[in-house]
Amino acid sequence: MKFLFDFMDKNIAPLFEKGGKFERLHPLFEAGDTFARTPGDVTPSAPHVRDSIDQKRLMIFVIYALIPCILFGIWNAGSQFNLSNNVEDATLMTDLIRGSAMVLPIILVSYMVGGVWEVLFALVRRHEINEGFLVTGMLFPLVLPPTLPLWQVAVGVSFGIVIGKEIFGGVGYNILNPALTARAFLFFAYPAQISGDKVWVGTAHTAFDNSIFFGTVAENVDGVTMATPLAVAAAVEKGGDAIGALNEAGFSLFNMTMGNIPGCIGSTSAVAIVLGALFLLATGIASWRVMLSGVIGCAAMGWLFNVLPLDNAFAALPFIYHLVMGGFLFGIVFMATDPVSCSATNTGKLIYGFLIGALTVLIRVANPAYPEGAMLAILFMNVMAPLIDHFVVQGHIKKRTAYARALNNA
Amino acid sequence: MTSAAKKLLMDPFSDNNPVTIQVLGICSALAVTVKVDTAIVMTLALTSVVTLSNVVISLLRNVIPPGIRMIVEMAIIASLVIIADQLLRAFLFDISKQLSVFVGLIITNCIVMGRAEAFALQNPPKDSLLDGLGNGLGYGIVLITVATIRELLGFGTFLNFKIMPESFVGNGLVLLAPGAFIILGLLIWAQRTVSKYVEE
Repeated sequence: MKFLFDFMDKNIAPLFEKGGKFERLHPLFEAGDTFARTPGDVTPSAPHVRDSIDQKRLMIFVIYALIPCILFGIWNAGSQFNLSNNVEDATLMTDLIRGSAMVLPIILVSYMVGGVWEVLFALVRRHEINEGFLVTGMLFPLVLPPTLPLWQVAVGVSFGIVIGKEIFGGVGYNILNPALTARAFLFFAYPAQISGDKVWVGTAHTAFDNSIFFGTVAENVDGVTMATPLAVAAAVEKGGDAIGALNEAGFSLFNMTMGNIPGCIGSTSAVAIVLGALFLLATGIASWRVMLSGVIGCAAMGWLFNVLPLDNAFAALPFIYHLVMGGFLFGIVFMATDPVSCSATNTGKLIYGFLIGALTVLIRVANPAYPEGAMLAILFMNVMAPLIDHFVVQGHIKKRTAYARALNNA
Repeated sequence: MTSAAKKLLMDPFSDNNPVTIQVLGICSALAVTVKVDTAIVMTLALTSVVTLSNVVISLLRNVIPPGIRMIVEMAIIASLVIIADQLLRAFLFDISKQLSVFVGLIITNCIVMGRAEAFALQNPPKDSLLDGLGNGLGYGIVLITVATIRELLGFGTFLNFKIMPESFVGNGLVLLAPGAFIILGLLIWAQRTVSKYVEE
């Protein structure tokens, strides 16, 4: 190994340094180099913080935390397909294979197209390729329906990376979460493929059907109509019973928590998300303040709707349903905690998280046109985060000035 | 054409574009650019108003009392806009209905007032005519570019002719005002990258 490193440092690296032959490609070399081994560079100026965790490791930890969601999402996409398309000899294995055939291309396209943009901007601007994309490229596919056309994945991730991030100057300068920006773009640009009740379960029109790996599709189904719990709850008539309607559609609190229901790839299972959340909290990567206050905000708004005398069946739903339905839990754990776009101050994080939770429930209940309130709530609070920070800092300054004055007068 | 006159006419197309450099007339650039035909008609209306108002104000520049010059300018511009609006209603009724209030709102378009204040009040009629024509068309070129992108991506058509293949799926976002805003922003980015213009 040592020999290899020495060879790299002596013979390959200088080609990419200033004045070398491939100077313009330095970001590419640097990315590969630091990905493969921990760089030996020493911070040249103070403060000399010594920590084994750099941005690359930090981002990879988030990917570790996403593993339960990814694996569950793959199985669930396959399982939903096999259930709805009357595959008789479905096993765990065929579910996984079918799910992989649906989900892996989406993840691959997201990484490849997004990666091209990332590298392009790094080369033109001559800055290093940032690791933040590693997370964005994985978060984005997990909040998409498994049947989304691949070209839309490519268009969406391009928009998220370029408009959501790079035009502001890259990772660290972006106002909005790039993965959610990408999803919001698709939601408004191509609503037919990302919302409604026909997009959550795949149909037997993809290639490789009926091969031994996939199990036998007994009869070809043209389109599977399967509403998500949010759509079912939003569709309940005035004076109706939302819990009853959910149960009738096959959504109990138990299976919504487990996640074996139709929905976005990675965000159906509360169990898988909580596993990831525990990992993020244990390693201290994501802010517990955002997550905790988010859940409290959701509960508070849910409770408020419960006690208000409203003629809206959705409003009567206990908050625990809001927690496990749709993308709220996934959003508050993996997207609201994005260190760049969330509030920077500790008090600010509490306010920010609380308002995301409250707004999610408010949008869901008050506006049935946007059943996925979590996406809009997080994006809205992303925009508000600097404002929250401003007031928190101002409040702090005021308190300290008053304290200093009191000392002087005493 | 002398080089000074050429500069007056051509500058607003790129180096001093009223929309992408001075960022004026954004409201109408978002509102009337869903389709190319409305954008073209809007361009014609605005260009004729700004050219004529420049000429008229330039002719009167020595007799307008400075204290009430804004009111006089407004009166001239408003009269011209009303004429343009009436002409559109008479000859292009359908498009004038699509443009709705935005023809009338040319009165408040900063480009018209801006050229009158900044140029026509100090310059002879011939230069003012070229300046008005250049600024009107400079505005129009941006308008038509944005409209072409929006119509192509949103409907798959150009001037209502089908261009994209049958399988094309229209992008709903570009038809909304935020979509136009993003396209305009990208256009400004591209133009300023090429011209190396930096806001001071």
